Amino acid sequence: MKKLVLLFAALSSFSVAAQQSVNIYSYRQAFLVDPVVEQFTKDTGIKVNVLFAKQGLAERLEREGEHTKADVVMTTDISRLMEITNRGLTQSVENKTIFENIPAHLRDPKNQWFALTTRVRNIYASKDRVGKIDISYEDLASEKFKGKICTRSGKHPYSVALVSSMISHHGEAETKKWLQGVKANLARKPQGNDRAQVKAIKEGLCDISIGNGYYFGKMLADKNQKAWADSVHILFPNQKDRGAHVNVSGMALTKHAPNKEAAIRLMEYLSSANAQKIYAEANMEYPVKPGVAYSPLVASWGEYKADNLEMAKIAANREKAMKLIDEVKFDL
Amino acid sequence: MNLTISKKWPFFSWLLALTLASPFAAIVWQSFANDQDIFNHLYQTVLPDYIFNSFALTVAVVAIATLIGVPCAWLIANYEFPLRRYFQWALILPLAMPSYVVAFVYTDLLECAGPIQTSLRQLLEPDTVGTHCYFQVRNLGGASLMLALVLFPYIYLLMRACFNEQSSSLINSARVMGCNTWQTFYRLSFPLARPALAVGITLVAMETLADFAVVKYFAVSTLTTAVYDTWLGYGSLAAAARISAIMLLAIFLLIGIEKYARRQQKYYQHAVGQETIVRPKLKRPQQIITLLFLSIVFFAAFLFPFLRLIEFAFDYFSESWNAEFIEYSLNSLLVASLVSLFCLLFGLIFGYYKRLSQSKTREVPGKLASAGYALPGTVLAIGVLIPLTMMDSGVNSLFKSMGTSGPGLILSGSLFAIIFGYVIRFSAIAVGSVDASLAKVPPSLDMASTTMGLSPLKTMFKVHMPLVSKGLFVAALLVFIESMKELPAALLLRPFGFESLATYVYQFVSDEQLELGALAAIVIVVVGLIPLIFLDKYLDSTQPSNSKHAKRQ
Repeated sequence: MKKLVLLFAALSSFSVAAQQSVNIYSYRQAFLVDPVVEQFTKDTGIKVNVLFAKQGLAERLEREGEHTKADVVMTTDISRLMEITNRGLTQSVENKTIFENIPAHLRDPKNQWFALTTRVRNIYASKDRVGKIDISYEDLASEKFKGKICTRSGKHPYSVALVSSMISHHGEAETKKWLQGVKANLARKPQGNDRAQVKAIKEGLCDISIGNGYYFGKMLADKNQKAWADSVHILFPNQKDRGAHVNVSGMALTKHAPNKEAAIRLMEYLSSANAQKIYAEANMEYPVKPGVAYSPLVASWGEYKADNLEMAKIAANREKAMKLIDEVKFDL
Repeated sequence: MNLTISKKWPFFSWLLALTLASPFAAIVWQSFANDQDIFNHLYQTVLPDYIFNSFALTVAVVAIATLIGVPCAWLIANYEFPLRRYFQWALILPLAMPSYVVAFVYTDLLECAGPIQTSLRQLLEPDTVGTHCYFQVRNLGGASLMLALVLFPYIYLLMRACFNEQSSSLINSARVMGCNTWQTFYRLSFPLARPALAVGITLVAMETLADFAVVKYFAVSTLTTAVYDTWLGYGSLAAAARISAIMLLAIFLLIGIEKYARRQQKYYQHAVGQETIVRPKLKRPQQIITLLFLSIVFFAAFLFPFLRLIEFAFDYFSESWNAEFIEYSLNSLLVASLVSLFCLLFGLIFGYYKRLSQSKTREVPGKLASAGYALPGTVLAIGVLIPLTMMDSGVNSLFKSMGTSGPGLILSGSLFAIIFGYVIRFSAIAVGSVDASLAKVPPSLDMASTTMGLSPLKTMFKVHMPLVSKGLFVAALLVFIESMKELPAALLLRPFGFESLATYVYQFVSDEQLELGALAAIVIVVVGLIPLIFLDKYLDSTQPSNSKHAKRQ
């Protein structure tokens, strides 16, 4: 028994952090979070531990309850932010610095969550075969694109969020028809990630694809993928009407955060001009803090009009969207 | 069975089995929560397709893996040909390759927009603009082939150990009786090896059902997809648990049918394999076919993906080099070693309970403990968190009631969780292998040893161990390598500050950006190869391992 206790002691010592620290549950890959938090550690001496998982962090947090070691949750999608908020796993943060940095429409009315960056669901179009055209998400269901569209799985959070926004604007029945139309236009069964669709355009398998904007920048920066990006235009949909669908990445303070003070300092930092600049430069996303410049590349894609649909509505329609995607057997 | 065992053994077996099954029980319990809507919705829309895909995939993977694994094992165990010794271990190497890596490499290469089809198009029809595909890989067939390539070594290893252990006097008798090679195989060796094949097939089937990464790459929606969708998309753990429970039921059904089919058969091994195996030499044309077959298998399942990884690693060296690789490797090694040790120990406990007890339910603990294998990793992880966090908060309330502050999450927030999760996930491998090995030891030996006054524990160490040590070693090794690669459970169960090779690689794989994680993936493979080298030395079995022990006594 003594040995058992010792074993536990040894095992748990792994998770004990030495100096002042903040622990993050992150749905974003650690390699994307690290550059930002490293600067924070340099400035403040507060150590940041990032635990990345793609799935299940909300469940873990819920099960851990008041004993959790996690202080902050970071996500790449509004639905996840709303999920932890609705499950009562967060607490509100009333902080002047953060309020000044993050505009009201990009944070929870009750201050449970805060957006850190916004990202557009763009449409990519072949330079040779389509050109720089005006396009809307609705057009993706039009006859003229029969057999010409490539996309990733309909079940991916980014796809689901787009479908949710369509439900908000057009209702379920219309959206189902639209989904059926898009499915009928697909050049191939949904597969691969957003970049893989651009690659397929380059190879001539399709002419049009749907993908987040920052991937365009990332492909341009990759020596093997540059040719893919060079074969397409990045288009901002629905510029003549409601604007392009936007999603957010964001953060929330956990309800039982053990290092609350340090965590709020980190949250302040993440919304600051410094961190926002790193987000903009390294990840090619749109910073939420007004006045922080886009990366020159992102700026070169031009200003765009964003759909100002409330984030909460997108999250609220999530389940309906999933059901529609199943009903039309989008991925099968 | 004439050995009596102390009363502690059954008690301990059951306690252990129930502990290991607790996450599974938590999942089943969850499945009774109310979610009828989601389940019905799925049932009316996509579930039939998913069920068909899962079923077809499992059948196809098992068939292909058997068709690759059994001939490889048979040839290497029974014939002499050039390079035999090399192929003997080379064919195990694919085990060190994580399936998500192999899947990435092949889809990237063979898909319609991949380099092969692109070059073909440029070559055959340089002027065409509207492009078409020559073949599709992202479908059921592609996924089956890929999983079979990764999983066939299970069948190969278990069958080879079994063919090797088959008494050569039996084989020789068959030859004397005029059986040709084919007849010897299907009338004697193959039926004798059936328990081992059953274990191998079960492992492959369970692994296939639990797979998420490969089917995702190949855009095949299966029941696992349904589990993830219901849970993460619809937020219904209950519906996800229900689908998982159905999958497990299917697995148990399969195992039951197989057991029933050979209820009349019992095979035992010749007590001590003193005879040396004489392997007949293959003739030239047969040699060429054999070498060709083995080379293709080795190339496709290991060499090619490995070379491709190296190519990625060179290409992206500066982006992917990370000074912390050594720490990650040590973490991976530590966890994998502990897990294989525990699994083996538990496998032995269950194996002996089954062998020595008269109880009608003596097989149940081992089966209970194996249930975790077919659960998709993330679901298992949640299953693990449920009992562990419950115990943690129990401990903390206890401390609170005594007026001191509790120790926090000592179980769910420490390495304990990850090790517990892995042991549950992989004890099926150990239980199965120990079982298959012990099944071949004739009970007459137990009786003899009891007559001689040896206690069950001594019988185990002095009589059984030498006979089954090879099987045990294989079991420990399989668990080790699986633990090196296993992901979803690791991601969710690890404590803060703990990064292993697999969790590191995964952040790139999850974004289909393996290029950046290639270097770490190579480390996984290489670290996995280390024990394989020992295995080769150990398994090189023209000298049966027990002769060593025989001498010592």
